[in-house]
Amino acid sequence: MSQPTQLPRWIDIGVLPVWNLAIALLVAGLVVMVIGHSPWQALTVLLNGALGSVRGLGYSLYYATTFIFTGLAVAVAIHAGLFNIGGEGQATLGGVGVALVALWLGAKLPAVVMLPLLVIAAAAFGMLWAALPAYLQAWRGSHIVITTIMFNFLAAGLNGYLLVNWLRPAGSMSVESAEFAESARMPALHQIAAALGYELPSSPLNLSLVIALVACVFVGWFLWKSAAGYAVRAVGSAPRAAHYAGIRPRAQVLLAMAISGGLAGMVGINEISGVQGKLTLDFVAGAGFTGIAVSLMGRNHPVGIVLASLLFGVLYQGGVEVSFELQGFSREMVVTAQGLIVLFSGAMATVSAPLFAKVYAALKGGR
Amino acid sequence: MDEVLIASVLASTLRVSAPLLLCAMAGVLSERAGVIDLGLEGKMLFAAFAAAAAASVTHSTGYGLLAAVAVGCVASLLHGFACVTNRGDQVVSGVALNMIAAGLTVVLGIAWFQQGGQTPPIAPDVRLTAVAQGFAEPQPGSWFASVFGHGLLSHNVLVYVAFLMVAAVWFFLERTRPGLRLRAVGENPAMVEAAGMSVQSLRYQALLMNGVLCGLAGAYLTLAQNASFSPNMTAGRGFIALAAMIFGKWKPLPTMGACLLFGFLDAVAIRMQGVQLPGIGEVPVQLIQALPYILTVVLLAGFIGSAIAPKALGKPYVKER
Repeated sequence: MSQPTQLPRWIDIGVLPVWNLAIALLVAGLVVMVIGHSPWQALTVLLNGALGSVRGLGYSLYYATTFIFTGLAVAVAIHAGLFNIGGEGQATLGGVGVALVALWLGAKLPAVVMLPLLVIAAAAFGMLWAALPAYLQAWRGSHIVITTIMFNFLAAGLNGYLLVNWLRPAGSMSVESAEFAESARMPALHQIAAALGYELPSSPLNLSLVIALVACVFVGWFLWKSAAGYAVRAVGSAPRAAHYAGIRPRAQVLLAMAISGGLAGMVGINEISGVQGKLTLDFVAGAGFTGIAVSLMGRNHPVGIVLASLLFGVLYQGGVEVSFELQGFSREMVVTAQGLIVLFSGAMATVSAPLFAKVYAALKGGR
Repeated sequence: MDEVLIASVLASTLRVSAPLLLCAMAGVLSERAGVIDLGLEGKMLFAAFAAAAAASVTHSTGYGLLAAVAVGCVASLLHGFACVTNRGDQVVSGVALNMIAAGLTVVLGIAWFQQGGQTPPIAPDVRLTAVAQGFAEPQPGSWFASVFGHGLLSHNVLVYVAFLMVAAVWFFLERTRPGLRLRAVGENPAMVEAAGMSVQSLRYQALLMNGVLCGLAGAYLTLAQNASFSPNMTAGRGFIALAAMIFGKWKPLPTMGACLLFGFLDAVAIRMQGVQLPGIGEVPVQLIQALPYILTVVLLAGFIGSAIAPKALGKPYVKER
């Protein structure tokens, strides 16, 4: 191949991601045409459903909250040179942690004490589920991708076991835990608004969004302003050089994965404490994998991740509306689009770079 | 009654193992050539949908199989285009394939058949049925008819093809010249290039063979095991196959052993429900179902032997200039 292409920064982080996203959405549009719908109509319904009403916007932001957590989780691991596919399992464990603490102490403690406890529980359980694969990678040499995939299945099995055998109320047929006490519920935005005298339509959007934004600031500070984050990034980009410089790679792997898992575990706050109010089976529903798409699209940076999460939040909420509105249109179209985005913005992210380099060189040379 | 129990466990072990075998062999071929294949699950799902859709529309077993194999190959080639030609990240590409398959099969299924993502049931005469008739149920009192007949002979042709493929992949990799080249390209691609062969074309060949086997694995699910496609029906089988491949240390015969072990665990998991084991008590079904994953994690961590991956696995090859 030719020499590595040198692109100006604004093309590399501005134009190229948008271009890749456009290709992915174009292919998704083709699929919509193949199943006999107008992509334009689908897009209008989608945008209207996701952004056209306060209620729709609330749903979009609620989805985005979950994706911010899983996206940040993937990003922190990537900066340490690790691919954490285990967001799904870590999020599941986060929910288990929330449920255990909420069911154990929920009725006894007031919300001011309870909610921070739940946040700690979600993060701690997620951390634990990521720290095990991290330990196995750093000290025992097993591959983090494979181990975290296996841990996704183990988490699903553990959640099922706990629900069926321990947490399900006696005599109940559905595989769910008992309802949490009111103090263990993360307040929804419309409840807070009502308390302040405003009226908002009800939506699952809750205070977790604030926690997610705080997490973004934390990740930005950790990766680029703290000494520990510097060590993590050093190990991620040049493990040997970092080792010679006195950084212990193993400890960084453990630290990065613990933070990553803790962030993924926070999904439990949004979904279990914020929306469901009880532990359910498969409440993560693929959000861990969406986090991969979010992080890839957002260039593993908190600002990019917030933008990508908003996009996916809109896609998920709008997709539901489109499937109500158009006959024979399923919301799995969103999963397809998500896969296409991972393909074009992730696996094939640099395919178009030589093209841009040529165009750029031609324009520059012509001047 | 022992013979009935043994025969039915044996028969269901083989039935459950067959798609795992096909899929795991597909993984062996691709990964021994140095291309990580996390997309096994997605390719199998794509192929299962293609087989069911084609077989129910054309009313032909042959077209069903053909469609499955073709779709498996196309998905493999897409993986190749992303990571062999363009040197993209192989793990990310595999994850993308899984997502696209999980979404697109449902989208197309709902649009084409309007049955909530299912395909119409495939007619019994189009489905693959038992090769030898008369052994559909184990016969109490007759060890021969039960264990040999029901256990080994009551299966459809793809079960035997799956075992044949294990032998074929073993022979190909260990005893033929192209197989040696394929292994070399996964260990030391620079040397293969120096010997005058194209790394890219060898990797594409491996991916094509992988696509054919994934196609057969998918076809098995809809043409033999079930009578129609339902959303996400692979249910993690692709990842179990991946685990079996790692557990089998990327070698065909040990991988077969792992597939049979995982198939056996699956077959007994249902029968163990509510059974009190002496001294242990009841073993939770979830634990038995999780055993393949636990065993793989323990093996990878080096606690039982060691799993050594092909040396160039996951590394895109940049041609020297």
